[in-house]
Amino acid sequence: MSISVSHINKSYKDIRALQDVSFEVKKGEIFGLIGPDGAGKTTLFRILATLLIADSGQASVAGHDVVKDYKTIRNCVGYMPGKFSLYQDLTVEENLEFFATIFKTTIKENYHLIEDIYKQIEPFKTRRAGKLSGGMKQKLALCCALIHKPEVLFLDEPTTGVDPVSRKEFWDMLKRLQQKGITILVSTPYMDEASLCDRIAFIQDGKILEIDSPEAIVKHFTKTIYNLSANNMYKLIESLKTYEHAHSVYPFGEFVHYTDTRDVFDIDELQHYLKNIGLNDITIEIAKPTIEDTFMALAK
Amino acid sequence: MKLFLGFIKKEFYHILRDRRSLFILFGMPIVQILLFGFAITNEINNVNIAILDHSKDVTTKKIIDNISASKYFSINAFIQQENDIESVFKKGQTKAVISFEKDFNQHLIKNGQATVQIITDATDPNTANTISNYVNAIIQSQVKELNKGIDKGYQIIPQTRMVYNPELKSVFMFVPGIMTVILMLVSAMMTSISITREKELGTMEVILVSPLKPLQVIAGKVVPYIALSVINATVIILLSLFVFKMPIQGSLILLAFETVLFIVTALALGILISTIAATQQTAMMISLMGLMLPVIILSGFIFPISSMPLVLQIISNIIPAKWFIIILKAIMLKGVGFSFIWKETLILLGMTVFFIALSIKKYKIRLE
Repeated sequence: MSISVSHINKSYKDIRALQDVSFEVKKGEIFGLIGPDGAGKTTLFRILATLLIADSGQASVAGHDVVKDYKTIRNCVGYMPGKFSLYQDLTVEENLEFFATIFKTTIKENYHLIEDIYKQIEPFKTRRAGKLSGGMKQKLALCCALIHKPEVLFLDEPTTGVDPVSRKEFWDMLKRLQQKGITILVSTPYMDEASLCDRIAFIQDGKILEIDSPEAIVKHFTKTIYNLSANNMYKLIESLKTYEHAHSVYPFGEFVHYTDTRDVFDIDELQHYLKNIGLNDITIEIAKPTIEDTFMALAK
Repeated sequence: MKLFLGFIKKEFYHILRDRRSLFILFGMPIVQILLFGFAITNEINNVNIAILDHSKDVTTKKIIDNISASKYFSINAFIQQENDIESVFKKGQTKAVISFEKDFNQHLIKNGQATVQIITDATDPNTANTISNYVNAIIQSQVKELNKGIDKGYQIIPQTRMVYNPELKSVFMFVPGIMTVILMLVSAMMTSISITREKELGTMEVILVSPLKPLQVIAGKVVPYIALSVINATVIILLSLFVFKMPIQGSLILLAFETVLFIVTALALGILISTIAATQQTAMMISLMGLMLPVIILSGFIFPISSMPLVLQIISNIIPAKWFIIILKAIMLKGVGFSFIWKETLILLGMTVFFIALSIKKYKIRLE
C-alpha cells in the first residue's frame, strides 16, 4: 500500500475536521478526494504530508509512519498545497532550480519527469512566478513538486481556479505520471474530474461517505433520475420541492434533477401537476446518474 | 552544503528584488546617522550662566567681561556663596556657574597659577560639554594675553565639574547608539519579516515538506543578513569617521568582532520573533514595539541608565543593546582592549546562544 489511513480523527477547537477517516491507496493509483469546501480535504493532506499530527489514528505514506518517520516521508513525497506556494519574486527557472536543490537533485537529472509539463511553461522561464497565469502557476507548482521524483504525490485542489483547457491538460499529465509509477492523491471540488481517477472517496464534514471506482460509485445510486426543464426554472424547483412525492430536487446545469419517493411513478401525473401550477414548455426525461448525483444522494 | 547554498542564493534574490526592503537596508542607516549626527552636534547660543566671584579683582573682572561679551553666553546672575549654586541650577534657567577662587589675581601673580571652577548642569550632557569647552577657550585666550612678552607663563587652571550627570554619559554617544539601533532594526526586523513572509505566502508549508533541516533554514535566513549588516556597520563607522570626525580609539578588529556578535544576537532575536508571529505585520509590530523601544529608551542610548529608576535599571540588564553600547563606547571612545570588555562580551554571547537555542527549539517542524 502506498498510502494507508486508519481511523484518523482531527479537531480544531469545536470543529471536528476529520472523523474516523480510513482508506488505502495502492501503488501507482490516482486516488481522488471529492468533497465541498470545508470537508476536511486539506487537513487530511496536511496530516499525510507530515505537517499536522492527528488527534488519533494511524497513517503511513510509502510504508513510513507519518509521525515517527516524518523525515523519511519528507524526502520521498511531492506536496502541492491548495494555495499557490512558490516564490512570486523568483522566476520560473529559479523556482524550479531552488526546489531541485533543496531536494538534493538537479533539473537535468529528473528532466524526463517534468518534460511534458515544463515544455509548456519553458517559453516563460525568465518570467517571475507571480506574473504567470493561473494555469501556468499550477503547472510550475506541479513541476516543483515533481522535480525530486517523489514516490507519492499529494495534490490539494490543483485545478481550482484554472481554466477548463488547462484543467484538461493538467489531468492528462497526471495520467502520464501515473504510468511512471507515481502514486497520486488528488483532491478536487469538481465532480467531472472525479471520473478521471482510478478510485474516489466522497468526503463531507470530515467523514468519508463512500469509496469506490467512479464507474462503480454511480451504481450506489439506485433511484431513477429525471431531467426536468421548464420556462421558469426557479418556479419549477419551488413547485417540485412542494410536490408530495418528491425525494430530491436540485439544479443540474440547465436542468433540474428529480427523484421520486415511489418505485413506480407516472410521468404524466407530474407533468400535469406542473402544468396546473402554470409552467410551460415542460420536458421530463430519464437521465443517467452521474458522480455528482451520487454525491448529492450520499451527502443528504 | 549545496542545499544550504541554494537556500542562501534564494534569500539574496528575495532581498535584492524587493526595492522597499533594500531601501530600508541601506538608505535608512545613512539617513539616520546623518540626521542624528547633525541634530545632536548643536551650537550653543546665549546660554544663561551665573558668576560666583570670591575674588572680585582685575583679572576676574576681565574674564567676566569677555564671557559676557561673547555671543555664546549671557550672564543672568551674580551669586555670593557656594550654597546658592544649587538653587540657581534648580531654577532651571542657568546652565553653568563659573566660580573664581578667593584671591584669584594674587594667586596668579604670586604662584603663577589660579583656579577657576566651571560647574555645568549635565542633564543635557552635550550642551554641558560644549559650554565648558567654550568657557575654557575664553579663559585660555585671556591667559595668552596675560603671558604676552613674559617668560614665566601664568596659568589659570579650570576645574570642570558636572552636576546631575557627573560622568557625562552621552558625549559622542549617538554613534554607538545609532549603530546599535540600526543593526537591531535591520537584523531583527528584516529576518523576522522574511521568515513570516514564507509562512504567510504558504511557501513555508512546501519547505517543511522537504529534506531541509530547521538549522539549515534558520542559518540560510541568517547568513545573507549577516553580510548585509556588516556592510551597514561599515558604512556607519565610515560616516562617523569622515563626516563627524569621531575618533575610534580602540582596535578595529575587536570592533568588527563585537559588531558581528551583536548582529548575530539581533538576528537570533529576529528568528525568535518569527517563531511567535504568524504574519509579516505582527512580526513588524513586535520588532518595533518589543525591540526598538527598549533599545532606544532602556539601552542608555538617549537616557543615561544611572538616572533611571531602579526597576528600569534592573530591566535594562536584559537588553542586549545595553551591553553592546557599553562595548562600543569602550572601544570607540575609551580605546580599551578586550580585557576590559570580556564580561559584556560574555553576556552578549550568552544571550545569543540562548536566543538561538530557543528559536531552534521553538521552530515548528509542522504547522501549528
